[in-house]
Amino acid sequence: MSEYAIEMLGITKTFPGIIANDNVTLQVKNNEVHALLGENGAGKSTLMSILFGAYSPDAGKIKIFGNEVNIKNPTVATTLGIGMVHQHFKLVHNYTVTENIVLGREPRNRFGMLNLSIAEKKVQALSDAYGLKVDPKAKIDDITVGQQQRVEILKTLYSNSQIIIFDEPTAVLTPQEVDELMEIIRKLKAEGKTIVLITHKLKEIKAVSDQCSVLRRGKYIGTVQVADVSEEDLASMMVGRAVKFKTQKNPVHLGKKVLDLQHLSILDQNGNPKIKDLSLELRAGEILGIAGVDGNGQSELLMGLCGLLPVQEGTISLNGVDITHMTVLQRIEKGLGYVPEDRQKYGLIKEFSLSENAVLKDFYKPQYNGKFHTLDQSKFKDIATEEIKEFDIRTALGADTQAGSLSGGNQQKAIIAREVSLNPHVLLVAQPTRGLDVGAIEFIRNRLLQERDKGTAIILVSFELDEIMNLCDTIATISNGQIVGVFKEGEVSEEQIGLMMASSGKGENDAK
Amino acid sequence: MNIIHQIPTILMIIAPILITAIGGMFTERSGVVNIALEGLMGLGACTTACCYTLMEGAGYGRYSLVIALLFGAFIGCLFSVIHATAAIDLKADQTISGTGINLLADGLTIFIAQILFHSDRTREYKLGMLPDKLGLYPTVYISLMVVIIGWYVLFKTPFGMHLRACGEHPAAADSVGINVRKMRYAGVLISGALAGLSGGCIVLTQTIQYTSGTIGGRGFIALAAVSFGRWTPLGVTGAAILFGGMQAMGVIATSFPFLSHIQSEYFNILPYAVTLIALILTSGRDYAPQANGIPYEKGAS
Amino acid sequence: MQNENNDSFVDRILESEVMTSILVVILGFLCGTLIIIAVGKNPSDMFGSIFDSMIGIPKRKGGWNYRYIGETLAYSMPFILCGLSMGLPARVGLFNIGAEGQYIMGMTAAQSVALWMSPFGGQWILCLLVAVLAGAIWGGIVGVLKAKYNVSEVVATIMMNYIALYGSRLICFTQPGATTYNTAALPQTVLLDKFLIKTSNFNIGVFFVLIAVLSYWFVMNKTRLGYMMRATGYNKNTAKCCGISTIKSITTSMAMAGAFAGLAGALVLLGGAFPIGRIITGMDNYGFMGIAVSLVGNNTAIGNLLAGLLFGVLKQSQSLMQGRNIPKEITYIIQGLIVIFISLRSGLVLYKQYRNKKKLKKEVLANK
Repeated sequence: MSEYAIEMLGITKTFPGIIANDNVTLQVKNNEVHALLGENGAGKSTLMSILFGAYSPDAGKIKIFGNEVNIKNPTVATTLGIGMVHQHFKLVHNYTVTENIVLGREPRNRFGMLNLSIAEKKVQALSDAYGLKVDPKAKIDDITVGQQQRVEILKTLYSNSQIIIFDEPTAVLTPQEVDELMEIIRKLKAEGKTIVLITHKLKEIKAVSDQCSVLRRGKYIGTVQVADVSEEDLASMMVGRAVKFKTQKNPVHLGKKVLDLQHLSILDQNGNPKIKDLSLELRAGEILGIAGVDGNGQSELLMGLCGLLPVQEGTISLNGVDITHMTVLQRIEKGLGYVPEDRQKYGLIKEFSLSENAVLKDFYKPQYNGKFHTLDQSKFKDIATEEIKEFDIRTALGADTQAGSLSGGNQQKAIIAREVSLNPHVLLVAQPTRGLDVGAIEFIRNRLLQERDKGTAIILVSFELDEIMNLCDTIATISNGQIVGVFKEGEVSEEQIGLMMASSGKGENDAK
Repeated sequence: MNIIHQIPTILMIIAPILITAIGGMFTERSGVVNIALEGLMGLGACTTACCYTLMEGAGYGRYSLVIALLFGAFIGCLFSVIHATAAIDLKADQTISGTGINLLADGLTIFIAQILFHSDRTREYKLGMLPDKLGLYPTVYISLMVVIIGWYVLFKTPFGMHLRACGEHPAAADSVGINVRKMRYAGVLISGALAGLSGGCIVLTQTIQYTSGTIGGRGFIALAAVSFGRWTPLGVTGAAILFGGMQAMGVIATSFPFLSHIQSEYFNILPYAVTLIALILTSGRDYAPQANGIPYEKGAS
Repeated sequence: MQNENNDSFVDRILESEVMTSILVVILGFLCGTLIIIAVGKNPSDMFGSIFDSMIGIPKRKGGWNYRYIGETLAYSMPFILCGLSMGLPARVGLFNIGAEGQYIMGMTAAQSVALWMSPFGGQWILCLLVAVLAGAIWGGIVGVLKAKYNVSEVVATIMMNYIALYGSRLICFTQPGATTYNTAALPQTVLLDKFLIKTSNFNIGVFFVLIAVLSYWFVMNKTRLGYMMRATGYNKNTAKCCGISTIKSITTSMAMAGAFAGLAGALVLLGGAFPIGRIITGMDNYGFMGIAVSLVGNNTAIGNLLAGLLFGVLKQSQSLMQGRNIPKEITYIIQGLIVIFISLRSGLVLYKQYRNKKKLKKEVLANK
């Protein structure tokens, strides 16, 4: 038997407009934990999707346990013993844990009909054997994210996977759950499994991996023994140059209070309380970071602030004016800007040109009047062209380019340009650098700092702790819809913040 | 009480709506919206009418009823392939392709009538379906069977479990080896067959021929019953009973003295108005299958 | 990828919306021809009827008889309007299948003004105004339901169509001179004057149709309302997030759509084909055909105009076809096929993507 569980040799895969994998080679030894490291867009997910049978490579070959194979679809991959724990869970929300685990390979009675009681027993046995605690009868809708991930893992174990691929598994977990996951991975290794861990989190690689292979922009860079390298080494391999971990920041000059949130309660679209008795203050020239694991109310808070969700109780004051029940448009006019988390869904209209996108929030104003009070579209173009120059937005046709054809980084720049051009007093920013390349990330972070130096007050919601630690003057941690602690920069360490993100409202500490 | 005597009539009117609605439930549960149910009912009705009247005339006896019905179901199924291909393989706008089929059905059915019978309606047949000793038409039993079999298939068989997964989270189904395309085709074809069957039922029990007003919006009422009934067999059955009952009111009104003074047009409006109000009332929470109406793209993780 | 120069003829056809519309129409006719042949009739009878409707026929005593052209143009008017009625909400992301009901309400309103008021000069103007208003309300109701309660406009408009059908009958039964099938005669003061081709029903309504087409184009492209509507149509979420009132966009677009269809109803009633008032027993189908018109016209003003003319030709040719023993329903079949083919436009997009993928693969592997 070969020493390698997986050999992917010379894999090339292209999509329209991009070469995702360019002659990549990956060799994973039997019964090791092998990390696959790379930035967003490096090609890690594509490579593993090929391994799991979701795509076929344009060139190259794959060997599993020494035998050359052709993985045409996920069913073939499963038969070969490959299982995948997806980043975005592939779970049917209104099926039970058991139904999800056995989907596609259900135990049947003698008439060929479903036999779910046997299925439940099997799931329980598996859960006990590997220490993955789940309730076989619970519906996916009703269990936590950490439990859902365990269901994903059990799916692979139910089909007897020997090779288990984890795709960015910790993006949605609290620090406690991350530690539990690391334990689970160690246990799986002890049971003889081979693990591939796709991630860009350097700490986790150091915590649990034996070897690490690095991809950069579709190309294979190299493989290292994790014990022999530092996090900085891994980072520079990932990015290709010495990485500046900290952005240069001017000292903070706090102005008057611009935003005052008092005892806010907000329900989400389904009527569940997501923000409970939240109070917070924001001053001009301050960047306030809200740190927390996804799902603790951040989206609902921002939607409540900008007017997309109604506020049940409490008040929001902007520069002394009560905006709690104002419409979205009124808030924009009062000086509230918003850079949403999902830029394609809430930030831009991809069928509109950059000109038309640039004026989404102020097209009705008289400055765009043509003859007889009609709309003069050429005036949009002037604004857009200025923004393109100032923000260095790469376009094919200038202001006439369709927004949908821009890269993620350029789209984000266009959105920020639009918001900033309205000179907001308060700017709400959510996940501004998610999915962007390093150049765009640096530009956007510097621009946010620029706005803050001009006196704009910024609320930054991010799931990346180092982004928060880097950019923010004040850090508030949110957990279960409440602010758990507020600290000035330097008062608290990353570890302490991580712990607070997981707590549930104890030790509340208002920022006063 | 007079109303007890009317139950067979009421059930007869509910039956076709229920059959189509169960079909609509199957297709939407698999993730495809089928607006073409109205047109498919028309095609099935026209087929059954033509088939039966010709066979009756040729002396094939009572068995031709069954054959005509089956043929109607088959034609409904056949034409639903168009919608399935458009929606599933070509990722077309499902509302447009469905509407196209409705328009096509409108034209094709009368065209066939013109060619076969030189008139804008099919030739009247002499004797359609007859009620049994209880006064119930066979279509009522058919609809009951459709509900029970439909429930069993959807919730007790592996096929049904796979189908429902395709409507909620096709990527999850795909990742465990379920062929989403095949499942969705199955959902659409089942709805086509049931719609065709239902159209045939209408034409053999409620009228004596097929013409352009025969279906009269019942396909859309059935569609509304699916969402009002929250995509479950029990709910859909209840909704179909409600909407069908409203339709029946117009027919049975004449036998109730206090109702017979009301102009028939009010009863005509009733089912549509009730459906509309029902839609408004249920517009809150979304119980629809999560992937309903969204074409499935492989590889979009 | 800069491969503009390498685009083949096929690629350029796939890109152009106009070309795909034309292609789709040709395909529809092709299938129609095949069906005609399959049932043993002569396709030249079908095409002959269509040509005669487009260019007229020679008069027996010499000269040219333009009557058929006039009828074609007269029929085009409600098609164009109903196409606009479908097209405007389509740009806002809505599917208005309710033009039929909005048309009926407009027609009924115009008839009510005609019969319930004593005749006066210029009464026809009031009829048209009331028709537009009635249609706008009928459409606006669905707009509000969609905007505020997120009720599916597809099913809601169809219900409203049937409610309008029977509601119209209830209203018309109370009008003067009402029998089972019709009412009293319509006074001269409401009928529209003939225009240009006086032997046909072509009338001054054409000016209102042109105004409608122009206002459609103007609103969509030159006003703030149009900007709001297009934004809402492409991405409702972003529009809301930027403070745009999607409720206003949706409701206004449905009201305008209803206004167009209501006008169509009035023009048909007062255009000369109906000397006495109607108590309708079925739907005229202009509303449903409007769906096909707008799809072929790609929801633009000029597209609707041209497609409406095409459908007008088809409708006028129906009576000629019946005379030549071709069932007139062939035109409905062709229209249905056109709509189905149009929905497959997205299939063309897929095909384009597939070709791009293959091109890219070739390039990448060639560069190795």
